[in-house]
Amino acid sequence: MAVMTMRDALNQALKEELARDDSVFLMGEEVAEYQGAYKVTRGLLEEFGPKRVIDTPITELGFAGLGVGAAMVGLRPIVEFMTFNFSILATDQIINSAAKMRYMSGGQFKMPIVFRGPNGSAYQVSSQHSQALESWFAYFPGIKVVMPSTPADAKGLLKSAIRDDDPVIFLEQERMYGMKGEVPEDEDFTIPLGVADIKREGTDATIIARSLMVPTALQAAEQLEKEGVSCEVIDPRTIRPLDIKTIVESVKKTNRAVVCEESHPFASVGAEISAEITERAFDYLDAPVKRVSGVDVPMPYAKNLEQLAIPDVAAIVAAVKEVSYL
Amino acid sequence: MATQVVMPKLSPTMEEGQLARWLKKEGDKVSMGEPLAEIDTDKATMEMQALSNGVLRKILIQEGESAPLGQPIAIIGDPDEDISELVKTAGAAKPAKAEAAPEQAPESDAVPAVEAKPAAAETSKPAPAISGNGQQVPAATGGRVLISPIAARMASDAGIDFKTIQGSGPGGRIVKRDIETAISEKEKAPATKSAVGRLTLPRRGEKGAVYQPSAYRDEPASEMRRTIAKRLVTSLGPIPHFFLTSEIDMERAADTRRSINELYPDLKLSINDLIIKVAAVSLIQHPQVNASFQDKTVRYYEHADIGVAVATENGLITPIVRAADAKSLIDIATEVRELAERARARKLKPEEYLGATFSISNLGMFGIEEFTAVINPPEGAILAVGAMAPKAVARDGQVVVRQTMRVTMSCDHRVIDGATGAKFLQTFKQIMENPLYLFLD
Repeated sequence: MAVMTMRDALNQALKEELARDDSVFLMGEEVAEYQGAYKVTRGLLEEFGPKRVIDTPITELGFAGLGVGAAMVGLRPIVEFMTFNFSILATDQIINSAAKMRYMSGGQFKMPIVFRGPNGSAYQVSSQHSQALESWFAYFPGIKVVMPSTPADAKGLLKSAIRDDDPVIFLEQERMYGMKGEVPEDEDFTIPLGVADIKREGTDATIIARSLMVPTALQAAEQLEKEGVSCEVIDPRTIRPLDIKTIVESVKKTNRAVVCEESHPFASVGAEISAEITERAFDYLDAPVKRVSGVDVPMPYAKNLEQLAIPDVAAIVAAVKEVSYL
Repeated sequence: MATQVVMPKLSPTMEEGQLARWLKKEGDKVSMGEPLAEIDTDKATMEMQALSNGVLRKILIQEGESAPLGQPIAIIGDPDEDISELVKTAGAAKPAKAEAAPEQAPESDAVPAVEAKPAAAETSKPAPAISGNGQQVPAATGGRVLISPIAARMASDAGIDFKTIQGSGPGGRIVKRDIETAISEKEKAPATKSAVGRLTLPRRGEKGAVYQPSAYRDEPASEMRRTIAKRLVTSLGPIPHFFLTSEIDMERAADTRRSINELYPDLKLSINDLIIKVAAVSLIQHPQVNASFQDKTVRYYEHADIGVAVATENGLITPIVRAADAKSLIDIATEVRELAERARARKLKPEEYLGATFSISNLGMFGIEEFTAVINPPEGAILAVGAMAPKAVARDGQVVVRQTMRVTMSCDHRVIDGATGAKFLQTFKQIMENPLYLFLD
């Protein structure tokens, strides 16, 4: 296995899928000539040409709609949002068209489209450009939502997303593009959607984390291990469909759950996971499910305040101790 | 969530505590396990620790003031939380019932730790069922037991009554580790029992020997035990008991029993059956004793429904021989045996053990010479029967050996006066000493 950054792992997945299937094409702002705002699409224009790697104007609703139409007639578009903050403009096409098309056409149209790009906080890009929007998309039936936390997961899950016949929201994280990890080079390497991964096994508390919170939770687990608390870290990887079974099995074993997320707490994916745990594993809980979320304010621009607004290792450690009554 | 800190039970006999010193000021941050105050108990000055994290928002009693167990003495919460409701309910809060604050004191706490800094550090470790700290009762619990779902489930699987366990979680919540501790305590119990055989005496006078209060273990009280406790506490507390003892010559009673058993070998009439019949007949002659104090009225019963105390594995129960005054000795003997069997099998119906007018408790089979019994309210009296045994007594100026038996009647003075009780006992003695009277009425 090669060690590579998440950026390169995503690039490899795109390259392999573009090569594997002629109907796959990529479009978005700066994806071609500029090689991608975050260089995820580096080299793709050169290899696959302007018909399959397309620079779009700054018109999110427009090119999202183009993608939906293309998917309806049999192509497999990958739509990059420079960040998911801009997907807000495209939500009518994503929610009203992509999510509903298969259902409202009585199954006549498939919707093999991937919307991808960075989600969540970056570095001092302030309130409008630091949002974690997964709960928005996960809310609607008809969309799959994927959030990888390692380069290998990113590659395997993106390949599965591109091959999927339903619309997939693929949420990357700007702070994680440079993170390195081992990635299988096998061209048929995929990770099925809807399967959680136990990133660390433990016995005393279950930490459910996704995306940027996974490395943070793993650091917290390491610190807690030194203090005698053994944490299991579960990464659902796919938010929709959610592998609640793996989470519940773990909670039944540990009797304690902490759900970590970058997003705001209210009506978040963490709220959903917490409710599911309470419904399915109530008799096994030793403490109320604890959530560690981003602070419930618009993201501050100031560096010190930004740091305080994003859950850190200390916050997760404190939450695990709280549910363990330590 | 803000919680009230209540006066903790820091020694097994403590009923109230005096606040010696607050170790935190209002506005200070406190974390779980941190010493909060020093409390003077009936035994020593003990530290109490915080059982939740937050800020000491309000001190409700000042240094030098006393509070009964369970009374809120402070409020811990978030710095900006609204605690007005908690302050209000704290004023109105009654001390927790004895039930809510079971007697729990760890070995380490039983050592009166005057200014016990090291001991306090020890108890701040999660040592739940044996935590000497006060429960911090969230204002809204209203006597509910707080327990986590897994803890409740584990308790039920292990047959542990969690109501007797003091929780170590926030607000006194019983959590998994509390049940784990209780289970391991329970598993240790049999070992303790077998150790009784090889008791070693403490080496007294040894230099530097420290005599600590005895170790102990807590076992959850069964439903039955708790019912007994509840019933009997409602007795000796509010009921003014007095006791009358009489020695009875049992020669003729013993003869009578022997003669009847010769006639009816299968009957196996016991002395106790005879006592039931004699008591019932005596009660009818002394209706003031076959009575019950009913707050505003005194209730007199037409028949003597005699409760017969039966010891079972689980504890005491008193099946009732209804209208024993009207029943023959054969009926009584048969009925008592049948009731006692079903009592031991726990198969009595409520109407078979509730509502006697008078009770008899016999510990003679254990060699008890005499004892006093606790009245089972609302009955007016109970007769405690000792062992029948040969004894040297004076008869007509001669010392002779006679079968004798001592009985002690506990009377509810609200309905039975000394002379009333004495007259009843006189009749009882008269008939008992000459059972032929039974055939004359």
